[in-house]
Amino acid sequence: MATNDVAHHFDNAEQQARAVALGIWVFLATELLLFGGLFSAFIVLKVQHTEVFSEAATHLSLFLGTLNTAILLTSGLTIFLTEQALHAQRRTLAIGLLAATAFLGCAFIGVKGYEWHHEYQQALLPVLDVRFHYPGSAPEVAELFFNFYYIMTGLHVVHMLVGLGLLAGMGVAVIRWRQPKTLNRRATLIALYWAFVDIIWVVLFSLLYLQGA
Amino acid sequence: MSNNDEANSPKHYLSDPWSIRGWLLTTDHKRIAWMYAVSITGFFFLGGIAALLIRLELLTGPGDLFNSDTYNELFSLHGIVMVWFFLIPSIPATLGNFLVPLMIGARDLAFPRLNLLSWYIYTLGGIFTLGAVVAGGVDTGWTFYTPFSSLFSNTAVIAAVTGVFIVGFSSILTGLNFVVTTHTMRARGLTWFRLPLFMWANYATSLIMILATPVLSVTLLLIALERGLGIGIFDPSLGGDPLLFQHLFWFYSHPAVYIMILPAMGVVSEIVACFSRNPVFGYTGMVLAIMSIALFGFVVWGHHMFVAGQSLYAGLLFSFFSFLVAVPSAIKTLNWTATMFRGRVTFSAPMIYALSFLGLFTIGGLTGIFLAALALDVHLHDTYFVTAHFHYIMVGGAVTAYLGGLHFWWPKMTGRLYSELWARVAALALFIGFNLTFYPQFLLGYAGMPRRYHSYPEAFELLHILSTLGTGILAIGYLLPLGYLLHSLFRGERASANPWKATGLEWKTSSPPPTHNFATTPEVNEAAYGYQ
Repeated sequence: MATNDVAHHFDNAEQQARAVALGIWVFLATELLLFGGLFSAFIVLKVQHTEVFSEAATHLSLFLGTLNTAILLTSGLTIFLTEQALHAQRRTLAIGLLAATAFLGCAFIGVKGYEWHHEYQQALLPVLDVRFHYPGSAPEVAELFFNFYYIMTGLHVVHMLVGLGLLAGMGVAVIRWRQPKTLNRRATLIALYWAFVDIIWVVLFSLLYLQGA
Repeated sequence: MSNNDEANSPKHYLSDPWSIRGWLLTTDHKRIAWMYAVSITGFFFLGGIAALLIRLELLTGPGDLFNSDTYNELFSLHGIVMVWFFLIPSIPATLGNFLVPLMIGARDLAFPRLNLLSWYIYTLGGIFTLGAVVAGGVDTGWTFYTPFSSLFSNTAVIAAVTGVFIVGFSSILTGLNFVVTTHTMRARGLTWFRLPLFMWANYATSLIMILATPVLSVTLLLIALERGLGIGIFDPSLGGDPLLFQHLFWFYSHPAVYIMILPAMGVVSEIVACFSRNPVFGYTGMVLAIMSIALFGFVVWGHHMFVAGQSLYAGLLFSFFSFLVAVPSAIKTLNWTATMFRGRVTFSAPMIYALSFLGLFTIGGLTGIFLAALALDVHLHDTYFVTAHFHYIMVGGAVTAYLGGLHFWWPKMTGRLYSELWARVAALALFIGFNLTFYPQFLLGYAGMPRRYHSYPEAFELLHILSTLGTGILAIGYLLPLGYLLHSLFRGERASANPWKATGLEWKTSSPPPTHNFATTPEVNEAAYGYQ
């Protein structure tokens, strides 16, 4: 059985595991640079417009942002525990923890969607014939802040959706429980990705929300 | 070419199995290398035709062949196609794809399906870019500078930017594959410091690909959003900053120059050692030079913006680091020269290409130092001096080395030999044609001829005529290989496993190699370049 899941071009399962693990780390490095480009562009403009950006940030909901941070960090814990449960070969526990992680991920997106909807109602989200309307000073620069906010949180949610897809696939694999020994390796990869998306959110939270605090 | 012939030869990767499905859905790195080779050759000649038309326009002073709008679209097409669809994938995606697993004694790259995916992504990006041409062209130049690209240009910018955005992911996947493969799949005994320099060069290139390309992707995304929705990031009237684009763009695109030249340096190291029958002089120094070029490449991007309103202190630092890149480059050039010293040098076609590289790269590199000097750059910025400089590096350096490598490994890739006489003629035509085309451009630029103009005063005419004449010879240098290499593919003499008596694992398997590369997994117990 064990040799079946080693691809033909690898010498053994151990070599394949090392390659896959390094692959995911390299992939995360490229992801970091992808967000890094946005972060640095945002920081440059923030330095140029410190006051307007800080004032615009007060129009974001610090409470909902904090809530989402708590939700996402908790999901980081549950995915870690999922990995441990699979190491211990405990199927039911792993399914429960996976479901909890997916639930927390969905809750995060739900809260995020509610925030966007709220901003849409306040005419801070200029889509579908809504013109950007901002009560504070320098509205055109504030609009720049909000554009960054939508691009960065939007890209983050896209990554969350990919993560939820991975969790669903993992869930199916755990329920079927074929070759359970390989499942914990797969869980490690997904957990790494999920943790990365968590960390990106923490940076976004500090860059966007905490500025207004 | 009878069936008999095929039946007698052992199964190799080209014929096993020979079907459209077998090629389009292959995960064999050697076949994917060929798919890339065919695609980039197509783009190379497309970009080449644009270059020929540009040079024809510049044959005479007045702009009489095209109007200025068409001219802008021609040089943009030339730049976009040559940089993004030929130079960046050229050596890594073809020779690299073919050789990386062979050189380390592996059966394939770590992620064969990702490798195939990278070719499809490349093709999709190519379709978008060709679509932009069909939709009326782009006139921003290959750099897409804001605010022109975001606010003013009336051409198909979004389609072109999307094409380049997509193709970026193909190079990320190639880079990821090479890094993981080099780390985890080396044959027993093949330690890092026994790797051929071609491997080191591709490894360093891959690091740049995976770390710099995502920044370009997100920047191009911002351009498309800016143009489509007016988000204001590069628009000063909305609080944005057009220069921010240049910073983000060159953070990728300067390292991208090293994506083009480092693999070329790897190719030249292999060729020079083989045809001098000498180990590469100062192997460790060469490795450190490769890695430090990759590293310094990340901190010199500001030298593209000396006159763009960047602070003087930033300019000083960027200038300093740009000078610093000259040190490892000089180490490499001197070490190749030292490799030939007291070697038994033979002037076979690949060696002529490698020697051309040495000469042209040296001129390109030294003129780069002129441009890195703050005061001189004020005078030379945006002139033909810059055009000549980067063509010496990218065409004189990268393309010449690519052709040298293609000739050197051709017997391995096809199992056939090409006509040595014609290959030498082509290599010489390339060297002469290249210098005749681009050397006059240094003089033009120094005399004040700006880039990207389709007409010019009479005083520049002689040099422009010389340059256009050179293009004709250069075109022969590129068309000849297309002819005799295609001929060799079908009619060439059969090549032995190691026609050059070269070292390296890729020469220890048959030509062309079997599907899984080696009959028995090789072991290594000596340093690279064991030439006597």
